[in-house]
Amino acid sequence: MNHDAYDDNYIRSILNGVKSIAMVGASPVNVRPSYFAFKYLAQRGYDMIPVNPGHVGKALMGKPFVASLADIGRPIDMIDIFRNSSHIMPVVEEALKLSPPPKVIWMQLGARDDAAAEKAEAAGLKVVMNRCPKIEYGRLSSEISWMGVNSRTLSSKRAPVPTQGMRLSLNRTSFGGGQTAASDRAAKNKTEST
Amino acid sequence: MTDRLPGFSTLAVHAGAQPDPTTGARATPIYQTTSFVFNDADHAASLFGLQAFGNIYTRIGNPTNAVLEERVAALEGGTAALAVASGHAAQLVVLQQLMRPGDEVLAARKLYGGSINQFTHAFKAFGWNVAWADPDDAGSFERAVTPHTKAIFIESIANPAGSITDIEAIAAIARNAGVPLIVDNTLASPYLIKPIDHGADIVVHSATKFLGGHGNSLGGIIVDAGTFDWAKDNKYPMLSEPRPEYHGIRIQETFGNFAFAIACRVLGLRDLGPALSPFNAFMILTGIETLPLRMQKHCDNAKAVAEFLSTHPAVSAVNYAGLPGDRYNNLQRKYAPKGAGAVFTFSLKGGYDAGVNLVSNLKLFSHLANVGDTRSLVIHPASTTHSQLDDAAKVKSGAAPDVVRLSIGIEDKEDLIEDLDQALRA
Ligand SMILES: Cc1ncc(COP(=O)(O)O)c(C=O)c1O
Repeated sequence: MNHDAYDDNYIRSILNGVKSIAMVGASPVNVRPSYFAFKYLAQRGYDMIPVNPGHVGKALMGKPFVASLADIGRPIDMIDIFRNSSHIMPVVEEALKLSPPPKVIWMQLGARDDAAAEKAEAAGLKVVMNRCPKIEYGRLSSEISWMGVNSRTLSSKRAPVPTQGMRLSLNRTSFGGGQTAASDRAAKNKTEST
Repeated sequence: MTDRLPGFSTLAVHAGAQPDPTTGARATPIYQTTSFVFNDADHAASLFGLQAFGNIYTRIGNPTNAVLEERVAALEGGTAALAVASGHAAQLVVLQQLMRPGDEVLAARKLYGGSINQFTHAFKAFGWNVAWADPDDAGSFERAVTPHTKAIFIESIANPAGSITDIEAIAAIARNAGVPLIVDNTLASPYLIKPIDHGADIVVHSATKFLGGHGNSLGGIIVDAGTFDWAKDNKYPMLSEPRPEYHGIRIQETFGNFAFAIACRVLGLRDLGPALSPFNAFMILTGIETLPLRMQKHCDNAKAVAEFLSTHPAVSAVNYAGLPGDRYNNLQRKYAPKGAGAVFTFSLKGGYDAGVNLVSNLKLFSHLANVGDTRSLVIHPASTTHSQLDDAAKVKSGAAPDVVRLSIGIEDKEDLIEDLDQALRA
């Protein structure tokens, strides 16, 4: 698996396939990226669970915080890890102990741990690193286009007007893989030099 | 579904555009509105906090402009783009994200004259310094880098003489210096040269020229290649440090590989204000749909005209990179194999007076200060744009008294050649 550049179909199949997402490191502070990614994914119809031992007793958009993955108490499709690269491995190890284990481990923009990814992939999980699911969902649905982002998708179909809680179609025609050839190259150079 | 890159012409027509969700309109509607209604207070707050996707106010973003932005980002192979009021506004907004008083931009000596003015005078008043290097000698950039250098700025095809820059050589120097390479791709357009493929980190355009292409609308574009790591050594605090005006979010951390385009929008455009009119965005978008057709015709016509001039008895020299034997012909074949663009200069045996006469005798060429129009254009720099300089300074800036600049349009080449021939003989 090449983690410097992802094929759109790989990301699309994950975002189309998962229903429940546990966000490790979710913050109740409404200016943190984890807060607005959580809110966006909830508004697009995902069953979101905030995981953060520091905020047990509080809720995020009406969903109570749990202290750990083990405390969720039901099967979860995807774990979105909002922690620095150095805190990824213990979360992945904890996730692999769940029964059944999740189908997908997703590490946020800026977070990458290749050893943890290998471990999860060896157990049959799909892994995405250094990406934001909100940005990817917005890109593949082209909802992000308002800010001039190259969605790298085309469509001649009339799009539905998005409403609250509505899942958007991610099945536009993609062109190119990853994030654009140039930025993929830059990411690869960065990985190789660190 | 395959992840296959559509051709340039398909992207020029489709990228960023989709039938309007509410009306089904197929052409991109002109959203001629200043502002956009919020769903509720929470929606408003999340838009202002950069937490949700959506429109607020046309100075920050507009749905018509967004189609233009995505289209040019796709054509250039960038991660995102921002449309602004003019090419000069694009240059200002880009450098405002990178420069603090005392910082330096290292620029190619061969730039559009207006850019030389902007860098030398307007930017100096901000405390931004400029150092100049020779785009024909990449080593001169390497030697000019200092600890204060924050960016390198070049033109892919330089105005006025149509010279071609060795982008890869200068990109390597920028990479070693740890600064972004900004390429003004106005005269080439992405149809001829895609600077990001050659190592550019940021591309700017005067969309006024070939992108719009019809001489009817001012506009500028900034494209983020998504290649530069802004957080690396805290040299670019606008991108790496918490932003007080957005509750302390860090732009690079939040937006990843399109952080630069976002910074230009939510810090640059929002606060400096040079927004593009949605009407102009529509005009430029319409122009871009035919960019590949027009650009090829511009180049084919320019080559025919340059060939004609190079054998004309009244002409002493032609500078067109598309001519075999031209000093830039090798670079043209490497960087712009489809053509050398439409803007070039030539010299007249009869000197200054011959230049003035030529301009007044032409019947089809328009005498004006622009390039990249469907119509063919001519200017005699020594008696117009560069008339304030003494003769020595004119020669140095490529505007010697005997030099004429052409921007070749998309008319029939036989008519252009005939017009030049009669004006040179008159
Ligand atoms: C190469 C180049 N860059 C920038 C500009 C400035 O663009 P604008 O006139 O849209 O501000 C021009 C205009 O002639 C140009 O030729």
